[in-house]
Amino acid sequence: MSIVVKNLRHVYGEGTPYESVALDDVSLEIADGEFVSIIGHTGSGKSTLVQHLNGILKPKSGEVLVGGVNIAAKGVNLPEVRRKIGLLFQYPEYQLFEETLYKDIAFGPTNLGLSADAVDSRVREAMALTGLDFDALSERSPFELSGGQKRKAAIAGVLAMGPEALVLDEPTAGLDPRSHRDILAMIRRIREERGITIILISHNMGDVAEVSDRVYVMDGGRIAFFGTPAQVFANKARLKQSGLGLPPTLELAELLRAGGADIEGDPLTLDEAVELIDAYLERRGA
Amino acid sequence: MIRDITIGQFYPGESGVHRLDPRLKLILTIAFIVSLFVVRDFLGYGVVVLALGAVVAASRVPLGFILRGLKAIFIIIIFTFTMNMFMTAGEVLFRIGVLTVTKEGLYNAVFMGLRLVFLIIGSSLLTLTTKPIKLTDGIESLLKPLKGLGVPAHELAMMMTIALRFIPTLLEETDKIMKAQMARGADFETGSIFRRARSLVPILVPLFISAFRIAQDLAMAMEARCYRGGDGRTKLHELKFRRRDAVAVLLACVYFALLIGERFLPAWIFKGYF
Repeated sequence: MSIVVKNLRHVYGEGTPYESVALDDVSLEIADGEFVSIIGHTGSGKSTLVQHLNGILKPKSGEVLVGGVNIAAKGVNLPEVRRKIGLLFQYPEYQLFEETLYKDIAFGPTNLGLSADAVDSRVREAMALTGLDFDALSERSPFELSGGQKRKAAIAGVLAMGPEALVLDEPTAGLDPRSHRDILAMIRRIREERGITIILISHNMGDVAEVSDRVYVMDGGRIAFFGTPAQVFANKARLKQSGLGLPPTLELAELLRAGGADIEGDPLTLDEAVELIDAYLERRGA
Repeated sequence: MIRDITIGQFYPGESGVHRLDPRLKLILTIAFIVSLFVVRDFLGYGVVVLALGAVVAASRVPLGFILRGLKAIFIIIIFTFTMNMFMTAGEVLFRIGVLTVTKEGLYNAVFMGLRLVFLIIGSSLLTLTTKPIKLTDGIESLLKPLKGLGVPAHELAMMMTIALRFIPTLLEETDKIMKAQMARGADFETGSIFRRARSLVPILVPLFISAFRIAQDLAMAMEARCYRGGDGRTKLHELKFRRRDAVAVLLACVYFALLIGERFLPAWIFKGYF
């Protein structure tokens, strides 16, 4: 599902003393099947932006086109748009409410009006994809699960809607390192198995560098700049201006260079970093 | 959506009205509400409008912002208005089907409608110009003399402070949960009344859980800072009665004198002329 945003503007609390412009002239284009990350420091408008993508927030001006269709146009079926664009909010475990995990994940597909059989297969599929053991967990209360499992359950609840694009707002915030790795691996698996568009909001530059095709940097309600991870993270000064840092692998390469080690290239992933350091050690040894 | 409710909101400012002693503002607001029931004719309302207008102007809160608070009770005003218009006996003006509009009815409708509007504007001015913290400080201070009678003044004030403090937090939480469930295809707007009531479950369960979590966190944070009730507790901002407050009292006296005069004086002053 391609997503195009044109000159989007959003104002919170218009006409009150608390009025603030959250988005100002934001435009972006995301191709079908692309993995795009949005980074920016707190309050830069990331969450506000993604809430426009499935019509939960209405823009003050500008357009959102999902699969080429303007979602603000008359006669557009918003529930259908919300099915196509699965949106996972920050700390999504607070949306769990049912007696059992099964019923909670079934909430979305049931709302779509699917038959009991179809709902059942959707729930099983979503649980398998998120790595939740159906036999052990489906009849448990969602409130008994661990933090990481709750997060996965919430993601499964969105996946069970059968989205064609998945928008994840800081899916790993506040998790322990192991759950963090689990969730990240799960996101990659979802992309490989379903081939759907994924939009990721994250504060973890390492994750962003590792998984995205393209990166948008937001600052003060505007898109500051964008490009491939290599392009974006090559621009350290501009990132710093937007209150952001580098991925740890780039940070490391820079420190090594400062210490006199001649590392050639800018590693974006851990594997690349290992390779470049190996290459350096070999050269030095020779 | 939910955030558009302005009733009971605070409008930040530094005007003289904002800086008045909250105790005085509380008392004057109550007196103002009582005074609305003393007025019996439109000349009296003239005095009310003048006084209210002066306070609004002095508070520097935009009139549009105040009037927006009326939107929430618009239905009540319309209801009172129509009830009065059709239900009062008297000289018939015109008929619409089985309903008759009388001269007295129309008069009553406008009169009662205006009373409601003044009531809301007057009381919302209190919350618009007083920080919730100061308001509860004022209430605590006013209730203190009743402590001997067993009124837990400090505890009541603390409860109010906490309740007020968490209204925006819980609204935000509700907003967030609603959006998350909408993203999962929840529908809160269509269907029969039972369907709609059922559709609230996915909001209320997470909201209750959040509320308990927040309450627990707050209780722990308070205990960690050795909170143990009001005994021996001092205040960062002591309430003081200043010159500004004395001026307000004087002006209020003028207002009440005018109202009482308007209501009772004409009876004997103008007797000879009618």
